Amino acid sequence: MTAGTHGTAVPAPVTEVSSPLLRVEGLRVRFGEREVVRGVSFTVAPGRCLAIVGESGSGKSVTARTLVGLTGPGARVTAERIEFAGRDLLHRSERSWRAIRGREIGYVLQDALVSLDQLRRVGDEVAEPLRVHGRGTRAECATAAVELLRAVGVPEPEVRARQRPFELSGGLRQRALIASAIALDPPLLIADEPTTALDVTVQAQVLDLLAEGKARGRALIMISHDLSVVARMADHVAVMRQGEIVEHGPADDVLHRPGHPYTQALLDAVPSEHTRGQRLVRPAPGQPVVRRERVQIDRSHPVLDARGLTKVYTGPDKVDRTVVDDVSFQLFPGETLGIVGESGSGKTTTARMALALLEPTAGEVLLHGEPWSALTPAQRRGRRRQIGVVYQDPLSSFDPRWSVGRLLVDALSTGPRPPASTEEARARAVRLLDQVGLGAERLDAAPLRLSGGERQRVAIARALAPEPQVIVCDEPVSALDVSIQAQVLDLLTDLQDELGVSYLFISHDLGVIHHMSDRILVMREGRIVEHGDANEVFERPQDPYTQRLLTALPRLAAA
Amino acid sequence: MKAPVVRRFGTKLASAVLVLLVAASITFFVQLLLPGDRATVILNVRNGRDQEWPPEEIAAVNAQFGFDRPLLLQYLDYLTGLLRGDLGTSYTEFRPVTDVIGAQLVPSVILTLGALAVAWVIAVTVTVLTVQRGRFLGGLGASLEAFTASLPHYWVGMLLLVAFAVKIPIFPVIGGDGPAGTVLPVLTLAIPLSGFLGQVLREEFHKVLDQPFITTARTRGMSDAAVRLRHALRHAVLPGITLSGWALGALVSGSVIVENIYGRPGIGQVLVTAVNNRDIPTVAGTVLVVAAVYVVANLLVDLAYTLVDPRLRLS
Amino acid sequence: MSVLTRTTTGTRSTTGLPVRPGTVAAGGFVALVLVAAMAPELLTGDTPTRIDLPNALAAPSWQHPFGTDEAGRDLLTRVIHGTRLSLGIGLAATGVSMVLAIVLGATAALAGGVVDAVINRILEVTFAFPSLLAALLIVAVYGPSVTTSIVAVGVGSMPGYARMVRGQVLAVKEAGYIESAQALGHGPWTVFRRHLLPNAMRPLVAVATLGIGQSIVWASSLAFLGLGVPPPSPEWGALLDSGRNHITTSWWLAILPGLVIVLFAIAVTSLGRTLQLRLEGATR
Repeated sequence: MTAGTHGTAVPAPVTEVSSPLLRVEGLRVRFGEREVVRGVSFTVAPGRCLAIVGESGSGKSVTARTLVGLTGPGARVTAERIEFAGRDLLHRSERSWRAIRGREIGYVLQDALVSLDQLRRVGDEVAEPLRVHGRGTRAECATAAVELLRAVGVPEPEVRARQRPFELSGGLRQRALIASAIALDPPLLIADEPTTALDVTVQAQVLDLLAEGKARGRALIMISHDLSVVARMADHVAVMRQGEIVEHGPADDVLHRPGHPYTQALLDAVPSEHTRGQRLVRPAPGQPVVRRERVQIDRSHPVLDARGLTKVYTGPDKVDRTVVDDVSFQLFPGETLGIVGESGSGKTTTARMALALLEPTAGEVLLHGEPWSALTPAQRRGRRRQIGVVYQDPLSSFDPRWSVGRLLVDALSTGPRPPASTEEARARAVRLLDQVGLGAERLDAAPLRLSGGERQRVAIARALAPEPQVIVCDEPVSALDVSIQAQVLDLLTDLQDELGVSYLFISHDLGVIHHMSDRILVMREGRIVEHGDANEVFERPQDPYTQRLLTALPRLAAA
Repeated sequence: MKAPVVRRFGTKLASAVLVLLVAASITFFVQLLLPGDRATVILNVRNGRDQEWPPEEIAAVNAQFGFDRPLLLQYLDYLTGLLRGDLGTSYTEFRPVTDVIGAQLVPSVILTLGALAVAWVIAVTVTVLTVQRGRFLGGLGASLEAFTASLPHYWVGMLLLVAFAVKIPIFPVIGGDGPAGTVLPVLTLAIPLSGFLGQVLREEFHKVLDQPFITTARTRGMSDAAVRLRHALRHAVLPGITLSGWALGALVSGSVIVENIYGRPGIGQVLVTAVNNRDIPTVAGTVLVVAAVYVVANLLVDLAYTLVDPRLRLS
Repeated sequence: MSVLTRTTTGTRSTTGLPVRPGTVAAGGFVALVLVAAMAPELLTGDTPTRIDLPNALAAPSWQHPFGTDEAGRDLLTRVIHGTRLSLGIGLAATGVSMVLAIVLGATAALAGGVVDAVINRILEVTFAFPSLLAALLIVAVYGPSVTTSIVAVGVGSMPGYARMVRGQVLAVKEAGYIESAQALGHGPWTVFRRHLLPNAMRPLVAVATLGIGQSIVWASSLAFLGLGVPPPSPEWGALLDSGRNHITTSWWLAILPGLVIVLFAIAVTSLGRTLQLRLEGATR
């Protein structure tokens, strides 16, 4: 028996009005030798939301899938009890599961782009649960689908029903997916990362939609890695780690008075306005909390100076699309300039122009006050070492045939002091690894064999190798779990304090941007809509779009 | 919605015309590549000799085929001839190549299309029934496909001939183009192709079944069979459809061999006879006709693809 | 008949994975074929030309596992002695098509623009000539011979490879590590030499392996039509050509040499696929 199932709050003291709709006790799932869910217990009552929170590999999704009998091939599921509305869910044939799925328990997966069949009409997809469970003729179901789309707030539902999922915006798609899951008004809805792929404004709308179902007395289980999203929705929170629930209780308690150190660490790791100037990884017990000493930034000579950057693409239909429109900014030594925006706002295009990997249609970039984007590629080559880059997906930026050591030595050789001998190169590569917190034994590893966090550390080491003054970080932590994200962000700030490098830091995550940046640019549809000191922008946003973004942003209340 | 489809198809059509023009030019210039003087070759071919011929006989042949005219004029004549459906004159049979091919085209088309249909039926059935249905069934299906996909047409043909025409005489050894004589040739062509299509389908089916939208369909209470047929199959056949255009080429190649084995009339027979006789205009003409059929077929495949995959109608 | 157009980019197959014993058996068979090609006398004590008329057209037996032909020659011995030429034709034809394909495909992908468009059109035209038909056109012009077979099969199977090379180079060109190398300030030649070339060419090793099997099949198809290497030679295709005349009476004469070709094609394909999956696995 695991200690985790007896977390801080046992179900009993929780104010359950009615008897639980779903009761899970001692659930275990193993795939072959590996046990991925290890004795998990929880209950959900009608009209309540239980959030199961955890990082990747915690077993939260497997748990959710088990509740609809779709654990996956080769899974062995055991439990003391899984009861849904008084019926046993543990010993069911595939056929009897089908009667439950869609009708009794609805299920929403993340990213509707891949969770809806792209080749079928939205209306058919929404109507499918009705068809499957024999609720009426094709025509009746089609009418019902349009009504469902209307109910979830899709404008012009008749038109949308005839379109395909890829013709809808991300938000509408996700609504359609939810519409199909609630088509038969199931008493329990399970949503697995329902907002992960969405921009914040859309995310807020989708969460509101899920909250409506809760208000109508339907139970909701939400699976998420995002504590701030959970804070907005959940009545109860279960924190999972390595297949166990380490803490379980009312949302208010778990999120504000965590009893388990892991929950505490997770909460600490979430970057936000409160974490500015602090490390995200809590020091070991007994160690003092070190606040970051921010040096005064000298704003006399910018290292990077973008003037009126514009990028226009001509589509195959001969129509010009302005992706970046008149963007100007300056980046000073030792400073972090954050660029934040939703998808399609032009922030990555701006970054690529700053790196001079993309020719601007108009405007120019100066590096150390000298022409940069205006140089010929050959002239630029000699100065490339002065500006480094860290991408979202480090693996694809590594030649698959190269070891970590070879990557670093190659980068060192482009620097101002190329290593004179193999021994020197090796020694300096080891020092770089040490700087990013990796051991010398990683030198001969293939990047493919490293974890996501380790890969990003190698990417940072490589960017540092030629001793640049500027590093462009394009969504460097977006693919990482929150605790790993915290380590990488801490590493970046430490390196800035140590080396005085400047970061052009690009992210869609307002929390990350606020935590990291001295100054901020907010981009929307290729334009800068707001810029200024980070605290200033976050506390007193001037532009209506920024205001909307910040209202939509789910947050953990001040700790 | 409609305009991109029209534009897309228009571009394809223009490109197809260009391809045919270049193909026609290639077949014309290949005729010039013949080592030695063309008239000499023709006289040798006609008389089954290998010798020099007196100038007056050479001149007669040159005049007959127009070889004495400037090359550019010959080329333009050839192209304008093509527009009128004139593929040139056979060296050996003294009649238009169009006549030589003529009636032979139909049995070949029946053979290839029949084989394509049968191959699809076999491939889809085997895939839908065996993919992700446990290690044994899946492995069996996959090995079967890998095996049949590697089989050369001549071997399958001879094997079926020995088995079902010689040892167990169900079908005629030399079948002509009647229904009974069509079964073995169609099977011979279809078996390797079904293995190949099956491999493509299986790989795609496998990928599709792991997609989130399949899981979504299952969470709605849909049965496994319905998920496979209503959701997965349509996605899985897409690459197969693209390959069918290519497969027609492979089928035409195969039909040459199959017609040869079963003594079945068709352009394959025309072609082999012509190659043996070094009757270049007939070879070139036949190849050009096949190229035209191939190009048209690929246009149709492209249209079919647009119908199955609505995503293409947008961009 | 042909598996060579299966793309090597992106897809990771979990199906059709050759099981270990299968790969070992395939390796063993290919090794045997290599021995037969290099030192046929190690595998058979007989000579391929020894005529034994009383024993003509004998069915397979312990003494003659593949039977004998119309002159009483031992068929297995002839198959073994024909290996060198058959394998040679297969290798040479694959070489011809790969060289042509790499030149055309890589040029198209690297140059882009007009050059790419022109090469693409050329490839589209060559695609309109099915492999065997293109080969027949070449045989018609130059007459059947070993060289013609090599050129015909090589040219006939080139378009598929060329398109694959082009796709491969394009994919690698867009890879993140190419941009990373540029961002570090490496020049175009260095990027090409260190990253683009090796990564683009790596999957072709497997493809070329698959191609050898296909080339032998195509070359033997030509021979089967009487348009390949002429019969007195024990080349595999030539054996088919002479054997098929007796198909209704002595089936083994054509079926058994054909079986050797089939087994070789399957063995090579299986090895090629294993290699392909290995390489892809190491990449992604």
